[in-house]
Amino acid sequence: MSSLLSASSALSEDALRRLKREMWARAVKLGFRSWVGWRRGFTSKADPQRSDRVTAEVIEHLERLALVDFGSQEAVARLEKAIAFADRLRAVDTDGVEPMESVLEDRCLYLRSDNVVEGNCAEELLQNAHRVVEEYFVAPPGNISLPKQDDQEPFSHI
Amino acid sequence: MLKGYVPPYNATVVQKLLDKGAVLMGKTNLDEFAMGSGSTDGVFGPVKNPWSYSKQYREKRKQEAHGENEDSNWLITGGSSGGSAAAVAAFTCFAALGSDTGGSTRNPAAHCGVVGFKPSYGLVSRHGLIPLVNSMDVPGILTRCVDDAAIVLGMLAGHDPKDSTTIQDPVKPFTLPTFADVNKLCIGIPKEYLAPELSSEVRSFWSKAANLFESEGAKVIEVSLPHTSYSIVCYHVLCTSEVASNMARFDGLEYGHRCDINVSTEAMYAATRREGFNDVVRGRILSGNFFLLKENYENYFIKAQKVRRLIANDFVNVFNSGVDVLLTPTTLSEAVPYLEFIKEDNRTRSAQDDIFTQAVNMAGLPAVSVPVALSNQGLPIGLQFIGRAFCDQQLLKIAKWFEKQVQFPVIQLQELMDDCSSDFEIEKLSSVFLKQ
Repeated sequence: MSSLLSASSALSEDALRRLKREMWARAVKLGFRSWVGWRRGFTSKADPQRSDRVTAEVIEHLERLALVDFGSQEAVARLEKAIAFADRLRAVDTDGVEPMESVLEDRCLYLRSDNVVEGNCAEELLQNAHRVVEEYFVAPPGNISLPKQDDQEPFSHI
Repeated sequence: MLKGYVPPYNATVVQKLLDKGAVLMGKTNLDEFAMGSGSTDGVFGPVKNPWSYSKQYREKRKQEAHGENEDSNWLITGGSSGGSAAAVAAFTCFAALGSDTGGSTRNPAAHCGVVGFKPSYGLVSRHGLIPLVNSMDVPGILTRCVDDAAIVLGMLAGHDPKDSTTIQDPVKPFTLPTFADVNKLCIGIPKEYLAPELSSEVRSFWSKAANLFESEGAKVIEVSLPHTSYSIVCYHVLCTSEVASNMARFDGLEYGHRCDINVSTEAMYAATRREGFNDVVRGRILSGNFFLLKENYENYFIKAQKVRRLIANDFVNVFNSGVDVLLTPTTLSEAVPYLEFIKEDNRTRSAQDDIFTQAVNMAGLPAVSVPVALSNQGLPIGLQFIGRAFCDQQLLKIAKWFEKQVQFPVIQLQELMDDCSSDFEIEKLSSVFLKQ
């Protein structure tokens, strides 16, 4: 079985499907248990909903950009489904169509005159913050990057 | 994320209502950051639909289930402004504000048997509304009848210097005269909205409504919005992308929840956001960031913006061909039990439930969900009218006429009220006119 597993990773989708069918027929003869073991290894390639775009690098990149973490394998799976869903847009022909940013694009944006009409409410604004010193919001030191994925366990913080 | 946050200012829509003498009774529950279509994912817990406790629903249930714990199978309100819809449906208040980015006002309105109105984009100020999708958000209005919605809209509509996306055209007052010219109307029925998942009851009410207009002399024609099947995908991409950007402001530094990590700003932000956001919000932020990556920007975000133009153009073409208003279902079916709703995750549910409502947000058009009748289970079903941009008054006029024809029954919550008001008194309450 294991030699077949390594060989089929080089095959195209069609060939993979044919192989799967043949294997299934053989597996019925060989017994259910061995078939299940084989299938488990190939779920990600056979499942049309999963795209293999969300690699570990992408995960790390996104977590750093967004400053939120995935938290679990299910979240990654959900992202993959979301991407597969969004891929449906490829079927639309958008040649010569301009992107639309706002439905009010034909109108002029309102600009008010540059006069100070309100403000001076520093005290009220500071009340909502947790850490304040005099009139400053207190932040931890900046310019320190998050530790790399290798230095921390994946999904350690659920 | 906003734990402990007390806003230091009022949103313009709230301030306008307060200036006119409204009494703010409270804030209602919703899906966290308005992301969801069931009002089940809020920090304070899910919202229960008052119709779960209505006499109309209970009587139908008695005929079926026996020996079941009465409170275990309560129904969702729809979302994301479910708390507002529930409050209005249960006679807690005269009106409630919601937000509508993909149908979040109209969806719960249909499930709770109230009127849910989405104004044209640019008519009502968004200053103070936590932004989800800047180009699609509007504050929504929930009331028990169309006249009340018109009253509230009259107070809220108009230019706001603090929101530069509000239009500067002068706004006429929104009194609704009785609509007598039904026979001059042209109603469009978009054929792509006949989704296979649409329940047969909703479909039959939809076609009865179309027949009603026809019998009064209106012209009822089938129209086509060819890109309808892509609108939910387009919405998904644009929404997550904008969310990724808009949620970046929540870092715990100036307001809201903040965790105790002090190693670095990045670590503090990451931990705060992990604790403060639930899975749904985090999922959308990450999806949005994915679509905005350099390698994906053109293929997803820009592509979705182009598809958005196609969808908006679909509507423009239909309205240019002489159609005054579109009539569609609001939801696929009546409200479902909570236990059933949570079997699928939030993203799947939103993709299913927003199908009739989100294209309107992409085109910035006004729309209203009007309760039509009760289903076989005794639950409300609503239908949606979509109007031309900035023709909100005309849309409401038509909705008011329709509302009068269908005579949607009042919810009977007698079992919950000990020394109860009679049905008659409840009916008097259903429309309260403010003296201006």
